[in-house]
Amino acid sequence: MSEAVAAEIQTTHIIDLARTGHRLDGRGIDEWRPVTVEPGFVKSADGSAMVHIGDTAVLCGVKLEIGKPFPDTPNAGVLTTNAELIALSSPTFEPGPPQPEAIELSRVVDRSIRAAETIDLTKLCVSPSEKCWTCYVDIHCLDHSGNLIDAAQLAALGALTHSTVPAKRFEVGEHDYPLEVSHFPIECTFVRLGDKIVADPTFEEETAGQGRLTVATDETGHLVAMQKGKVGAFSPDEIIETVERAFRHGDRLRNIVRGA
Amino acid sequence: MGNVGAKEIPRLLTAEGRRIDGRRLDELRPISMKVGPLTRADGSAFVEWGDNKVMAAVYGPREVHPRHLMQTQKAIIQCRYNMAAFSVDERKRPGQDRRSQEISKVITEAFESVVFTEEFPKTSIDIYIEVLQANAGTRCAGLVAASLALADAGIPMADLVASVAVGKVGGRIALDLKKEEDNFGEADMPLALVPQSGRLVLTQMEGHMTRDELREALDLGTKGCREIYERMRQALRDKYDVTSAAPLQEAAA
Repeated sequence: MSEAVAAEIQTTHIIDLARTGHRLDGRGIDEWRPVTVEPGFVKSADGSAMVHIGDTAVLCGVKLEIGKPFPDTPNAGVLTTNAELIALSSPTFEPGPPQPEAIELSRVVDRSIRAAETIDLTKLCVSPSEKCWTCYVDIHCLDHSGNLIDAAQLAALGALTHSTVPAKRFEVGEHDYPLEVSHFPIECTFVRLGDKIVADPTFEEETAGQGRLTVATDETGHLVAMQKGKVGAFSPDEIIETVERAFRHGDRLRNIVRGA
Repeated sequence: MGNVGAKEIPRLLTAEGRRIDGRRLDELRPISMKVGPLTRADGSAFVEWGDNKVMAAVYGPREVHPRHLMQTQKAIIQCRYNMAAFSVDERKRPGQDRRSQEISKVITEAFESVVFTEEFPKTSIDIYIEVLQANAGTRCAGLVAASLALADAGIPMADLVASVAVGKVGGRIALDLKKEEDNFGEADMPLALVPQSGRLVLTQMEGHMTRDELREALDLGTKGCREIYERMRQALRDKYDVTSAAPLQEAAA
């Protein structure tokens, strides 16, 4: 209850602050919280990464298994992204089947990875129509302090970048080998607070937000995915300007993932 | 477990009584505990124990969901033990399987024995245990993490619950089995102890043991729990000791 009342007072305050170019945690409008990427966090996975954006914590684990190609893509492996908004990570999440928020998160992350052709799926084919690698990207949110999308996407990319194909374990090769990552898409999320559009929103800012925009860019200078979420609207000019900001932040975050 | 291809049964015990990882029979795996790593939860703890990594969070006392579970005389405890898909060798399908549900139930009951639930009628104390990396003994690691998280959340309890598994490997009773010992050993018995009363609030057992071996295992297990208990108390002191110079955190909500 107290949280709901506080949220209402806070919302007004957050929007008033934004008008003057300030934020509750002292950041600038375009400033991110500290970002860390810790690859290899989970030994039981074929690749993993723990990502912190400020207090937000997301763990992603990649598992590769031998499966069968889909009939319509006989020469390609399979990539599956799944995000769990487990009840451990926020007082507002409940146990049970995935809610729309978790499904949107999975799909938005998946879209950036897929559209950027992060993994060349034809290289995951072992024998056409019969055998291929199925790559499971499982995202586990541990602490929801805002901007889960970007944390989840960074964790997914970080885990894929540091994955090993377990060829020996599945008896389809002599040696395990690193999973080849062809592209490095980065997702950046912004929310509208009054007339300002702030980067890397906290949980409180997301709650106060009047529209959310997620923009994924790759290292070749292409825009690869977008998602507008929550109630609110953006003008075409605002979208163009936000995409420019996403390119700038994308380059910086890409270096963090690739250097991890 | 679940690996492709047949695996040879490893030799679990050397002639000198050393185990597969060089431990003595009564030796715990390395363990580290961190209290309060999560910001959103009311209480939390992260436990790394051997190759297990387990996070626990506590929310509450808070409103009961679903409402019909509400009890007018006391709080209810709802514990959910869950394994991440990538926590085991062969990917586990997300969601609660029968094993997870059973473990959740016995852990809930273990905590109901120590938490002063009558102080918070009509509420729920929710405990979430997430196994991020598994290597035998995850329910014990989960219990330890959840105990610390309950303390971190300020939930009044008669005592912390300490937990460890004992088992039988290579014909001998051994403390704190790791995966190979669990898979190829002769018995496994997870225990949870309330150290101040000396009573067990969780006891499960699977395998073959004689009466004498059971006696030895209970003795070794309770000793192990007491060792874990000291580590738990230290972990709480590390966060809450006011005599240390550590500055107070979380002033702003």
